[in-house]
Amino acid sequence: MPPDPPASGKSPAPGNSASHSQEEAPRAAIRPRPKLAVYKFSSCDGCQLSLLNLEDELLDLVGAVEVAYFLEARRQVQPPPYDVGLVEGSISTPEEEDRIRQVRRDCRMLVTIGACATSGGIQALRNWADVGDYVAAVYAQPKYIHTLETATPIASHVFVDFELRGCPVNHGQLSELVSALLVGRKPNIPTHSLCVECKRRGCACLLVAHGEPCLGPITQAGCGALCPAAGRACYGCFGPMEQPNILSLGSRFLADGRSAREVKRALRQFNGYLEPFKQGSDHYERLEQGKH
Amino acid sequence: MSHPTLAIGGTVFLPRSALRDLVTVLRKRGFTVIGPTQVEGVVALRPLTSGQELPRGVRDEQGPGHYRLVPGEPDLSFEYVVGPDSPKRKFFPPVLNLFQFHVDRESFVLDAGPPQVPKLAFLGVRPCELAAIKVQDHVFGADDPRTVRCESETYYCESRRESFLVAVNCTRPGGTCFCASMETGPAAKDGFDLALTELRQGFITAVGSVRGLEICHDLPVREPSGAELELAELKLHIAHEHMGCTLDTQGLKDLLDQSLDHPQWADVAKRCLSCGNCTMVCPTCFCSTVSDSTELAGPKVMRTRRWESCFTHQFSATTAGPVRNTIRGRYRHWLRHKLGTWWDQFGMSGCVGCGRCITWCPVGIDLTAEAAQIRAHSQNSVPPVEEAPV
Ligand code: SF4
Ligand code: SF4
Ligand code: SF4
Ligand code: SF4
Repeated sequence: MPPDPPASGKSPAPGNSASHSQEEAPRAAIRPRPKLAVYKFSSCDGCQLSLLNLEDELLDLVGAVEVAYFLEARRQVQPPPYDVGLVEGSISTPEEEDRIRQVRRDCRMLVTIGACATSGGIQALRNWADVGDYVAAVYAQPKYIHTLETATPIASHVFVDFELRGCPVNHGQLSELVSALLVGRKPNIPTHSLCVECKRRGCACLLVAHGEPCLGPITQAGCGALCPAAGRACYGCFGPMEQPNILSLGSRFLADGRSAREVKRALRQFNGYLEPFKQGSDHYERLEQGKH
Repeated sequence: MSHPTLAIGGTVFLPRSALRDLVTVLRKRGFTVIGPTQVEGVVALRPLTSGQELPRGVRDEQGPGHYRLVPGEPDLSFEYVVGPDSPKRKFFPPVLNLFQFHVDRESFVLDAGPPQVPKLAFLGVRPCELAAIKVQDHVFGADDPRTVRCESETYYCESRRESFLVAVNCTRPGGTCFCASMETGPAAKDGFDLALTELRQGFITAVGSVRGLEICHDLPVREPSGAELELAELKLHIAHEHMGCTLDTQGLKDLLDQSLDHPQWADVAKRCLSCGNCTMVCPTCFCSTVSDSTELAGPKVMRTRRWESCFTHQFSATTAGPVRNTIRGRYRHWLRHKLGTWWDQFGMSGCVGCGRCITWCPVGIDLTAEAAQIRAHSQNSVPPVEEAPV
C-alpha cells in the first residue's frame, strides 16, 4: 500500500487536527521516527533473535524507527513513552506481573511476539501440574524460588493490540508486522490453516500419504510449512487457526490407532495453554482417564 | 515415414522404448517437460530431464483421506492415476509475483514486470485433467480471448497457448476416481496433442493436433495392429466399469438448490476441518488473493498473487465480518459451487471427477457420499412432519 501523499513538511492546520477521527490520531503521531521498545519476559530469546536476524532489513529498521529500548541489542535506553512495544515471553513471576502493567502504560501500541507471549509458551505446561513439585524436583534450595503457580500469556494481564504467533516468530511475518505498523496499515497475517501454505508449497501430505499425526489442519499458517517441507508433521507452533475443528482431527488420529494420551500431548506443546488447544487437550485428558 | 494412420485423428503405435525419445524430442523443441515423478511417497508433477525419471512399476492406493504408493507391474509406467498436483500448479501457480514497483517522489516506478511465461509440455495428463484444463480455459478466458471477465488471466492464457499436452488414458482407475460419472474419462476424447493408452509393449497413440503430428514424425512410431487396438479399447472399457466412486448427477444442481437447509450440512460440518486442502488440490478451483507487501523502510512494493480457498475466514470477509462464518456454510458453498452453481456461472460442471478432494481431505470427506446422502434424504423422500418420529 503506498503511503499517503507527503504532507510536505507542513503541520496540519489547528482546526483540521481537531476534526481528526480517533483512528487517525495515532497514525499521524507515528510518522516521525516512531520509538520502538522490545521487552523480554519468561522466554528463550528466540523471538528477539528473529528480530535481530532480519539483518539487512534491521538496518533499514534502525533508519525508520528509533530503537529506544532493546536490551538484547543495545544497553543504551531512552525513557518512555514508546510508540510500539514488542513483547516476548510469558508472565511467570510476581515481578513480571507488575512489570507488564508498567510496560502497557509506557507503550501506545503493545504487540506480543511468539508463542510464550501469546499463549504462555512451553512453560505453561506447569498450569496443569503443581508448580511446587517442579520447584522441589529441579532446585536444591526451593525456598529461593519466587514464581507464580502459572505461566500465562500477556493478554491475560493487559490489553494487547496485536499478537504475532510462532515458536519462534517467522521472519517474513515479523517484517510485515513492523512495516505495517510503520505505515499505519493492518498487517497481512493470515489466520487460516497451515495446510493452505503446505499445499501451495507442494509438500507431500504427511497425514494422508504417510499417516503421520500432523497438526497442520488445525494450526494457523505463518511458518511457510517449514516442518512438512522437511518431512516432519506440524507441531502446532503457530497455535490454533481460526475456528479449528480439533475433535474431528483428533478422531482421525484415534482411528489411526493413536491413544487419547498421544492426542492430548500433541495439543499440549508450545501453544497448549491457548484456547482452543487447551480445551482440546483437556478433552483428550478426560478421555485418557476414561471420564467420557 | 508415413502411415495411413499418421494423421490428425489417427492412431499409431509408440514402442515402449520410445517413451524416453518422446521426452527428448519435446525438450529439443524448447519445451520444459513436466511429468509424474515419485517424490516423498507420492506421484508429483516435476520437470523431467529424461524419460528415465518417470515412475515405473508403482501403483497408488487411494481412498478417502488415504494415499500410498505400492509396487505394481514392473514393466508398466502408468499404473497410478492423479496425485495431489495438477497442471493448474503450472498454468496458475500457487504463488506468483506479479510485479514490483517503488515510489519515487510523486510517481510509481516499475522495477519488475509481469513474470516470464514458460513453454511447457505435460506428459501423462489424465483425461479428467484435460477436462479440468478445459474448465479453467473457460474460467480464465483462454478459450475465447475476446471475452474479458473478472476471472480472465493473462499468465494462464499465455502459458496455455504455448503448452503441449500428452495425455495418458487410465487403464487402472484409482480408489476415489469417478470420471465415468462425470463423463470426462477414463479415455480422452479431445483437448490433447497426443493421447497414449498403455499396453505392455508400448502405447496406442492418438494424434490430436498438428503439433502432435509433427512430434510423431520424429518418433519411431508404426501402424498399430488390429489386436492392439482392440486390447486398448477393452482395457478402457474395463476401466470404465471399475471406478472407485460414483456420483449420480441426474438433476443434481436442482437438488442442491432445493437442499439449503438439509441436515446433512450440519453433519458434515462436524467432520470438516475447513482446512482448504480440497480446494488447493482441485484442478478447477481458481480462487486467489492478491496482496501488496512493503519493505521495512524502503519504498519498494511487491504485488503477489496466492491461491486462496473459500474455506478461509478471509475469503468472505466484508467490513461487517465474514459472510460465511460457519464451517457448515463454507462446506455448503464449496459443494454447491463444484456441483451446482458453477453451471450458473460458467455453463458447465465445476467438478471433473478426479477424486483429489476425497483422497487429500485429512478426514476423508467424500463429496460423492455427501451428495448421495443429500439425495437419499431429500425433501421428497423425507416423511411428512406429522409422521416423523418424535
Ligand atoms: S502435511 Fe500437514 S500441514 Fe501439510 S497438508 Fe498434510 S495435514 Fe496439512
Ligand atoms: S471437486 Fe474433487 S473430484 Fe471434483 S474436480 Fe475437484 S478435486 Fe476433483
Ligand atoms: S469451490 Fe471455493 S475455492 Fe473452489 S472455485 Fe469455488 S469458491 Fe473458489
Ligand atoms: S472437506 Fe476435507 S479437505 Fe475440504 S476443508 Fe473440509 S476437511 Fe479440509
